[in-house]
Amino acid sequence: MSNWKTFTKGLIKENPILVLLLGCCPTLATTTSAINGMSMGLATTFVLIMSNLVISLLKNFIPDKVRIPCFIVVIASFVTVVQLVMQAYVPDIYETLGLFIPLIVVNCIVLGRAEAFASKNPVWPSILDGAGMGLGFTFALTVLGSIREILGSGSIFNYRFLADDAQTILIFVLAPGAFIALGYLIAIVNRLKKTK
Amino acid sequence: MKIIIILISTILVNNVILAQFLGICPFLGTSKKTSTAVGMGAAVIFVLVLATLVTYLLNKYVLVTLNLQFLQTIAFILVIAALVQMVEIILKKISPSLYTALGVFLPLITTNCCVLGVSLKVVGEGFIYGNNVGEAVIYAAGIAIGFALALIIFSGIREHIDLMEAPEGTKGTPIALITAGILAMAFMGFGGLV
Repeated sequence: MSNWKTFTKGLIKENPILVLLLGCCPTLATTTSAINGMSMGLATTFVLIMSNLVISLLKNFIPDKVRIPCFIVVIASFVTVVQLVMQAYVPDIYETLGLFIPLIVVNCIVLGRAEAFASKNPVWPSILDGAGMGLGFTFALTVLGSIREILGSGSIFNYRFLADDAQTILIFVLAPGAFIALGYLIAIVNRLKKTK
Repeated sequence: MKIIIILISTILVNNVILAQFLGICPFLGTSKKTSTAVGMGAAVIFVLVLATLVTYLLNKYVLVTLNLQFLQTIAFILVIAALVQMVEIILKKISPSLYTALGVFLPLITTNCCVLGVSLKVVGEGFIYGNNVGEAVIYAAGIAIGFALALIIFSGIREHIDLMEAPEGTKGTPIALITAGILAMAFMGFGGLV
């Protein structure tokens, strides 16, 4: 498989959320607005790229039987890095995303890519795979966040385009709206895949 | 009295799946059959209570004493991974049928975000029930019961949905997610209780 294909497969064809359905918790919890979804996606992308890089470098040294705990330690270290950096430079976003930043550790995508790709492939393709998957994740989160922000608070990227007293569908920024919006988004993707 | 308030608030009002979005992957993955859902729910109750107890004590007596709180994420995930391994070995011994029924999802409890999420939340700043270990464990038990409750209710609904004709494209996961949304709306009705 060419490098270009390795990179692009995560964006649409094997999009982690819309197609593979991995990592649903942050998807539902942090997409109350487009900007939150995007920050979460970028934080995850960083962890994905770095953990793929380190794991593919270490793949010959990690014993097969204890590989999962080793992967988790590598991932957890990078999550701690992200946590400390975000706390220092973007405290507002860190505050909003809250618990879900440390929870990148248990995001199925990160461990899934380490197990399925980085532990079997050389360094460069692993980085591309991480970047592709991460950007696909970011893309899906941003789209879902935008949909929920437009319907729920009548704004996009914090720019409000409705009149101040206009009614919005509040349910979409609350918990049930997350499930329903993601459900319909996946339904649309399924439908498009069929017609292709 | 306080115990009852903690339990009502965690099971119904702030249900871990439907209001806090922790543990969605097993929620969607193991809810196809009620029997699997019951097993998964039981496994989560056991692991979550045990994990919270261990991580709470670890944090209080080791990490805080040595001023190493920034290691919380790494330390907790390792403890949880070891615990899950242990539960797996025990279950294999005492109930092989349940072990085969849960299959791939038992190791996945490690990456169930509700376990790590709750243990981090309990030791986090400004958490109201984090003052003593008893309240923390009751909180964890409530969360786990809430998880099992939502999972079992949802699996019951899903067994019926599988028999119905869903519109083209929404079959499978999308219709399940939309159903979960409606279930979450129903749980919002508990909002004013506590």
